[in-house]
Amino acid sequence: MEEMSELIAKNSLFAGLPDSTIQLAVGCAQNVTFEPGARILVEGEPADTLYLLRRGRVALQVQRPSGKPLIIETIGPNSVLGWSWLVPPYRWQFDGVAIDPVGAIAIDGTCLRAKADADAVFGYELLRRISGVLLSRLQSTRVRLLDLYGHSLDD
Amino acid sequence: MTETEHVSPGPFVPSRYRVVDRKTENSDITTLWLEPVDRPIAPFKAGQFNMLTAFGVGEVAISISSAPGAPGAIEHTVRDVGAVSHALASSQIGDVVGLRGPFGTDWGLESLTGCNVVVVVGGIGLAPLRGAMRYLAENPAPDRKVVLRVGARLPDQIVFPEEMERWREMGVDVEVTVDVADAAWTGHVGVVTQILTELPFDGAGAVALVCGPEIMMRFSARSLIDLGVSPENIRVSLERNMQCGIALCGHCQLGPFLLCRDGPVVPYAPLAAELITEIER
Ligand SMILES: Cc1cc2nc3c(=O)[nH]c(=O)nc-3n(C[C@H](O)[C@H](O)[C@H](O)COP(=O)(O)OP(=O)(O)OC[C@H]3O[C@@H](n4cnc5c(N)ncnc54)[C@H](O)[C@@H]3O)c2cc1C
Ligand code: FES
Repeated sequence: MEEMSELIAKNSLFAGLPDSTIQLAVGCAQNVTFEPGARILVEGEPADTLYLLRRGRVALQVQRPSGKPLIIETIGPNSVLGWSWLVPPYRWQFDGVAIDPVGAIAIDGTCLRAKADADAVFGYELLRRISGVLLSRLQSTRVRLLDLYGHSLDD
Repeated sequence: MTETEHVSPGPFVPSRYRVVDRKTENSDITTLWLEPVDRPIAPFKAGQFNMLTAFGVGEVAISISSAPGAPGAIEHTVRDVGAVSHALASSQIGDVVGLRGPFGTDWGLESLTGCNVVVVVGGIGLAPLRGAMRYLAENPAPDRKVVLRVGARLPDQIVFPEEMERWREMGVDVEVTVDVADAAWTGHVGVVTQILTELPFDGAGAVALVCGPEIMMRFSARSLIDLGVSPENIRVSLERNMQCGIALCGHCQLGPFLLCRDGPVVPYAPLAAELITEIER
């Protein structure tokens, strides 16, 4: 069986970090699994966990007044799920629902924040990496606003 | 034999083709199966287009969406966006339409031996690539992996879903993404570049065939280059309003290209990349 530190080091958010840094995250981490349909994040509920997805996909969705949720993004293996634990008010903004059987490492957000506060080098590196992921998500969202699949000519 | 039978009808006279079958792909896209009434057009290559006439309405460029050399009727997939495409998409079995062609460059299937292939399509962009995809799926080669990445706005705007499933069963690595979906959709949600972050092979040496709106092709080309695909090995299909189809009228000019002759399929680098970036700047 793989060690927790190896599993964490495999995720793109932590890849390439020295073992001493990975160990800081190991102290806050546990393995979790979810059945398809499980609500991993619940909109409005306290956000306290960073999930490093190992297998399966999660749909980020919003509830519509009609009752049918709208999926706005899917997150797949080796990606990171859940950012709302980073900044106040620490509440999930969307629902996160397992599409397949999901295996993930759940890292306690409060624990991780405390370690980042106590060790500025670790905190900076973590934030730098998180910013990279957030930037690429923001760029994808912007690209999506362009209606990529509309007309091919300038209308 | 009368004198008129010796006279070539000329490049502007369409052949008459009868609609022998039709399929509504989704709310605004229809595929037509056409068979010649009298004079068939010359054999075509995957990626080429025909000028289709809806008699009394007009003539438009439509890619051939069946595979070259396949037996039976020739297929065209039409999106209803205006007068002519509406008339074509509404034609019924038994109706006669006009056909001139085939015109333009093709995807160069014969050069795709011994290299991996990435096909990236957006919206109705799979229509001009369907013939190539059928060929690649039906003629597997041990030294060639084929990856298909498809993006659409909504699940009901995905064209040819059953056929994609068949290609998947035939060994093609197919992934589809939509911009937004309801819970009935279990596939990927996000833009097409989000399913272009890795390939099951080394991008260097692979050939990419890309078709869709120009913004989509630009972003996809950038993702492919990030994956190691050489810009010279990316082929894109560029569309401009066509009239003559035979490099006479200049309607389809894009920079130095007359796209009815030099396109629609052109290499992304160096020229197409600059041209489509300039246009959208
Ligand atoms: C090489 C080539 C291959 C094509 N293949 C296909 C195909 O397989 N299936 C298909 O449905 N369409 C295809 N098109 C696009 C098709 O030719 C146009 O949609 C058609 O000319 C529109 O004519 P219309 O009279 O129906 O609409 P118009 O009234 O002329 O136009 C209606 C709307 O369509 C837009 N439009 C016009 N011409 C084009 C164009 N060339 N490309 C995109 N949008 C256009 C206009 O800007 C306008 O918004 C292809 C075009 C080219 C140049
Ligand atoms: S359509 Fe006339 S020159 Fe190309």
